[in-house]
Amino acid sequence: MIENRPVLDFITYLVLILGIIIIAFPIWVMFVGASHDGIRMLQVPIPLLPGDQFFQNLKETLLGSGLEGTSTAPVWLMLLNSLAMALSISIGKIAISLLSAFAIVYFRFPFKMFFFWMIFITLMLPVEVRILPTFEVVADLGMLNSYVGLSIPLIASATATFMFRQMFMTIPDELLESARLDGAGPMKFFFDFLIPLSRTNIAALFVVLFIYGWNQYLWPLLITTDRSKYTIVMSIKQMIEAAEQTPEWHIIMMTSLLAMLPPILVVLTMQKLFVKGLIESEK
Amino acid sequence: MKRNQFNSSPLAYLLIAPQIIITFVFFIWPAGQALYQSFLVEDAFGLGSEFVWFENFIYLAEDEYYRDSFGRTAFFSLMVAFTSMSFALVLAGFAERATRGVLAYRTLLIWPYAVAPVLAGALWVFMFDPSLGIVTYFLKLFGIDWNYKLNGNQAMALVIMVAAWKQIAYNFLFFLAGIHAIPRSMIEAAAIDGSGPIRRFWTIIFPLISPITFFLLVINTVYAFFDTFGIIHVMTQGGPANATEILVYKVYNDGFVGLDLGGSAAQSVILMVIVIFLTGIQFRFVEKKVEYK
Repeated sequence: MIENRPVLDFITYLVLILGIIIIAFPIWVMFVGASHDGIRMLQVPIPLLPGDQFFQNLKETLLGSGLEGTSTAPVWLMLLNSLAMALSISIGKIAISLLSAFAIVYFRFPFKMFFFWMIFITLMLPVEVRILPTFEVVADLGMLNSYVGLSIPLIASATATFMFRQMFMTIPDELLESARLDGAGPMKFFFDFLIPLSRTNIAALFVVLFIYGWNQYLWPLLITTDRSKYTIVMSIKQMIEAAEQTPEWHIIMMTSLLAMLPPILVVLTMQKLFVKGLIESEK
Repeated sequence: MKRNQFNSSPLAYLLIAPQIIITFVFFIWPAGQALYQSFLVEDAFGLGSEFVWFENFIYLAEDEYYRDSFGRTAFFSLMVAFTSMSFALVLAGFAERATRGVLAYRTLLIWPYAVAPVLAGALWVFMFDPSLGIVTYFLKLFGIDWNYKLNGNQAMALVIMVAAWKQIAYNFLFFLAGIHAIPRSMIEAAAIDGSGPIRRFWTIIFPLISPITFFLLVINTVYAFFDTFGIIHVMTQGGPANATEILVYKVYNDGFVGLDLGGSAAQSVILMVIVIFLTGIQFRFVEKKVEYK
């Protein structure tokens, strides 16, 4: 605080509180929607205060066999699928990026710059711009409707490779020299020195990548036709469509709640790491 | 580069192989395919195809719907970036002033980042549903006839709001980090010279964070171009009457629903050129930032 201005202080807190209300309102409406029964959710105006059906709805949504009138899978199964996809994408990305950054920083080999640029190019080709051909490749490889197909095509990562490269560059050369004097080979150096040193970066990146993986939408939508492989995020669209005929908004809102809870919990519990990961991976 | 490195050995190739193989199979090969297909026209039965040079591109350039979609995407992206960034900048500016509970505000403001675009879309569909929505109810009290399923302008406004809402958290974090990095002494000196908080914001804080503003402008544009597919898909499916059909949605729609392979591939190629352009700008900016450090 630089000067004492009570009016401005009042405005400051007013603006911040208003901002939070605007940001949080959609989530509040969702929470309220998830806590009433189906009939109440069809009466205009819909309520703005929570009802008493929350746990009833939770049970019905989580253990039910999917929303009636849709072809979605049971919610608990879709949650597990999403978890499997998010974990394999984030762990896969971190693993292959660590390895390639290690090779690029610590080895001399022909065509290094060529490989470096090849990785760089992936930055410029988001799934959205090469939808059809990528789908064809995955179909040709027989990877449709599988966890492998859900995760492997998404785990190449230029940003993660760059981040680890930057981090490795800051490690003093003397570390490698002394490790070599003690007779450590490349892989021993990698596992005993580099991995422990990058622990914070790995954790920070994991938070950001977990959210990225969990929230994938277009990709699972394209390659899963078998409902046992549906993810929770992609199922929402079908539920909204079904709502045109049988609007079971209490179930839809509960499903949305369950679908966004894991990434939100990850952000809130690991806030420091999340902010670090977000800001560093964009550098 | 490091002075001290391991000598060339097969191990280096082994280490880099997973990344390179995945990049080649799932990025470079499909991108090449898109490029190749964009020069082909399939016959009506999908049995054969003919090499037609730039016909697909010429067709797109002459296609009124495509040109409209282009303009619409530009408008959509700029509006999303502007709305989201100005909202975030106001909040970050005030959050910097607040002495108490900055961590609490940050916590309460950042989590929309974790909400998937399609889920954000679903929530807003529920709030703005023409018959049931709670916001629709209040709008009707004020005499506004809200039906985004029929009114194209309202549909556009709605998807802009959702896309901007989701991005506020991200912009807020970057603005807050930028404002925190400004030396306090500079702001205090201005205060001693008698400039008020608003003047200080416009003459000191805003110019000093302009690199971040520019960076966020690029990031937000890329976001609005490519990451908003889920929002459009769940809320409007590009409708009503193509009013919200942005380029990414059109690629999907023409390719997967309309099965126009050549046309969709040509659109993919145009989108790739746009990403390469935007990423190029972003990297020039990053290089500059590093130089001046």
